Amino acid sequence: MRLITYRDALREAMAEEMTRDNRVMLMGEEVGLFDGAYKVSQGLLKQFGPKRIIDTPISEAGFSGIAIGAAMMGLRPIVEFMTWSFAYVAFDQVVNNAANMRYMSGGLINVPIVFRGPANGGVNVGATHSHTPENLLANMPGLKVVCPATAYDAKGLMKTAIRDNDPVCILENTILYNDKSEIPDEEYLIPLGLADVKREGKDLTIVAHGRAVITSLKAAEILEKEYKISVEVIDLRSIRPLDEETILKSVRKTHRVLLVEENKPFCGVDAQLAFLIQEKAFDDLDAPIARVSAIDAPQIYSMPLEKLQLPSPERVVKAVLAMG
Amino acid sequence: MRSQQMPLQAPDLKSAYNVTLSTEAAVNAPINQALKPEAKIDLLRQMIRIRAFEEKTVRAYQQGHIGGFCHTYIGQESVAVGTVSVLEEHDHVITTYRDHGHAFPMGMGMNECMAELFGKYTGCSKGKGGSMHFFAPDKRFWGGHGIVGGQTPLGAGIAFAVKYQGLKGSCLCFMGDGAVNQGAYHEALNLAALWELPVIYVIENNRYSMGTCQASSSAGNPLAKRAEGYGMNWAMVRGNHILEVRAQIRAALEYTWETHRPMILEIDTYRYRGHSMSDPDQTYRTKDEIAAYRTAHDPILLFQNILKGDKVITAEGVEKIEEAAEAEASTALDFALQSPFPPESEIKRDVYWEEDHPETKTSQGTLFFN
Ligand SMILES: Cc1ncc(C[n+]2csc(CCOP(=O)(O)OP(=O)(O)O)c2C)c(N)n1
Ligand SMILES: [Mg+2]
Repeated sequence: MRLITYRDALREAMAEEMTRDNRVMLMGEEVGLFDGAYKVSQGLLKQFGPKRIIDTPISEAGFSGIAIGAAMMGLRPIVEFMTWSFAYVAFDQVVNNAANMRYMSGGLINVPIVFRGPANGGVNVGATHSHTPENLLANMPGLKVVCPATAYDAKGLMKTAIRDNDPVCILENTILYNDKSEIPDEEYLIPLGLADVKREGKDLTIVAHGRAVITSLKAAEILEKEYKISVEVIDLRSIRPLDEETILKSVRKTHRVLLVEENKPFCGVDAQLAFLIQEKAFDDLDAPIARVSAIDAPQIYSMPLEKLQLPSPERVVKAVLAMG
Repeated sequence: MRSQQMPLQAPDLKSAYNVTLSTEAAVNAPINQALKPEAKIDLLRQMIRIRAFEEKTVRAYQQGHIGGFCHTYIGQESVAVGTVSVLEEHDHVITTYRDHGHAFPMGMGMNECMAELFGKYTGCSKGKGGSMHFFAPDKRFWGGHGIVGGQTPLGAGIAFAVKYQGLKGSCLCFMGDGAVNQGAYHEALNLAALWELPVIYVIENNRYSMGTCQASSSAGNPLAKRAEGYGMNWAMVRGNHILEVRAQIRAALEYTWETHRPMILEIDTYRYRGHSMSDPDQTYRTKDEIAAYRTAHDPILLFQNILKGDKVITAEGVEKIEEAAEAEASTALDFALQSPFPPESEIKRDVYWEEDHPETKTSQGTLFFN
C-alpha cells in the first residue's frame, strides 16, 4: 500500500491508461507546458510528448467537439476542463453531441470519451467559477457521471472511465486535490455504479457524493462522540449509473435518511434519491427524508459566508438532530 | 510592430481595414494637443494610483486577507487610463476579470474596491462578486466578467441599447489575447458588424493567456486582423504609450459614433505578475523577459519621462503623486480591514428583483428551496 494524493491518483490513472492504450490522450487548457492549472497533469507532457498531451487555446466548445469527433473515430480522448464552470461554453458539444450520438445513430456510433475537471465551491472564487453540474449532466441519458471523494476512488474510477465505451464526466474537487489515501501497489479498477459504505452505522444513513462525503464523515464522528448516534455514510461515487441497492439496503437497516450534497437543492441529485427511497423503501422509513444542500443562491464570494452557504459538519449535525 | 501612416480623419474608413496611426500622428492628434499640463499630470496620477492599489492588493493577498482568483493589472495601466480618458458621456466600458485597472478611471473608489477584494459588506458588490466582478453601472462600468469571452456579446448588447436609444455613444469591450478564440466572440463580431453596433473590441494583448503565449494559442497574426473576415476596421496600438492609446481609441470612438460600425483595436501591453495571484509564473517566460520590459517599456516610466522632458512635472512632483497614491491605497486597506463581512441574510438577497422589491411582486409560488 502507499499513501498518495487525490491529484496524483488522477494523474497515475491517466498515465497508466495512456501507457496501456495508445489511443488514449489528454487535451485541455494548460495541461502540457504549464503542467495543468491544478497540476493534475504534472509531468505528463514530458512522459508522453505533445502528440498525446495537447495544450489547447481557450476554446472549450471547439476542443470538446474535436475530441468527440476523434472518439467517434475510435480514439479515446480525455478532455480536461480547467473547471466544469468553463464547460458551460461547451455544453452543446457535451449534451447534444456526446450524449446523443449513440442513440441518434441507432447504436452505430459510440463515443468513448472522458470529460474531467474540478467542480466545486468553497474556494472564494464567486458565482461564475463555482458550478457543480453533476445534476445537469446526469439529467442527460447517454452521459455517465462520477464524483470521487477520495484518492483511492479517484484512481479506480478514472481508469474505469477511460476504458468505458460511453462518455463519462468526472467531477473532481480542488479542495480534495491534496487529500491522501492508501492505494494498493497493484492495479485496481472500481466499477461505475458501485457505491461505497464509507462508515458503518445503525441509527441513520447519510447519502452523499464528492466532498459532501468528507463533510458527512466529520459530522458522523461528532454525532457518535457527542450524541451517541451511530451514522452510516454512503458515498455514491458514481451518480449515473446509480447504485440503488446499497442505498436501499442501508435505509432498510437504519430507517432514517439524511441526504447531503454541495449542489443547490432544486432538481439536485438528492431530489432524485429522495424519490427513489420513498418509491422503493417507503415502509422502511421511520422519519421523513431530510436534506442538506448548498443554500439556494448563486455562490457568494465572501469567504466566511461561502462557508455558511455550503454544507458543513455543523449543518449536518444540526440536520440530524432536528430529525429527532 | 507595424505602424502604418494613416490620416487621422480617414475619409473612407468603411473601406479601410487597418487604420493604425503612427506614433507621431498619435502624439500630435488633436485629443492630445488639447491636453493641458494639469490633465497630463492627471493621466500619470491615475496610472500611479492603479499600481499603488495593485501593490497593496498583492501584499494583502499574500497576508491572507484576500483569497480566490485575483488578477492584477500591473504593467497594463496605460491601456485603461488612456482609453477611459477619451470617453464621452454616452460611452460605456465592460471588461474581463482583470478589472481593477478599469475601475478607477471609470470613477470607482479604492475603498469600495479593496473592501470587495476582502469580501466585505462595504465592497462595490457587497462582497458578493470579488476581484473578478467589480461593477458600477451608474458610472457606465458594466464589470468585471469571469468567464473568458463571456463579456464580448454583452459589449455588443450594450452598444445595441445605446444605438436603440438614439444616443451618440459606444461600448468599449476589453478582452485578453486568449479570449479571441472563444466562439461567443466570433458570433458577437458577426452580429456587431451585421447589425452595425457601435462596439469597440479592445484586445489587451499582454502576450500570454495564463501560461500560453500567443503563438501557441492563436492562428494568424495580428489578432485584430480577424476583423477583416467580418468587414470590420482594425488597428494596432503601442499600448505602453498612453498618448498613442488615447489617439487611437479616440479615432475609433469617433468612427463608431459616426458610422455605428464596430471595430477591433489590438493593444500591445504586458503583465508583470503571474496570471493570477496563484500562478507562480515559472514555466512559460523568464525573469529576464519581465525585467527587460519593465526597464525599457514601463508605461508609467515612459510617460513620466515624457512629462519631465517637457517640463510638465519635476521628479519631486512625481514623488508627491506616488506618496499620495500610496496613502490612498493604505487608507483603502484600513477601510477594508475594518469593514464588516456581510450578514448571513445577504446570501439570499440580490438573487431576484421581486424578492428584493416585495412591493412589485407579481409571481406566486416558491423561489428558494432551502
Ligand atoms: C471559458 C473559460 N475558460 C477558461 C477560463 C480560465 N481562464 C481564466 S483567464 C484565462 C486566460 C485568459 O488570458 P487572456 O485572454 O490573454 O487574458 P489575460 O488574463 O492575459 O488578461 C483562462 C484560461 C475561464 N475563466 N473561462
Ligand atoms: Mg493575455
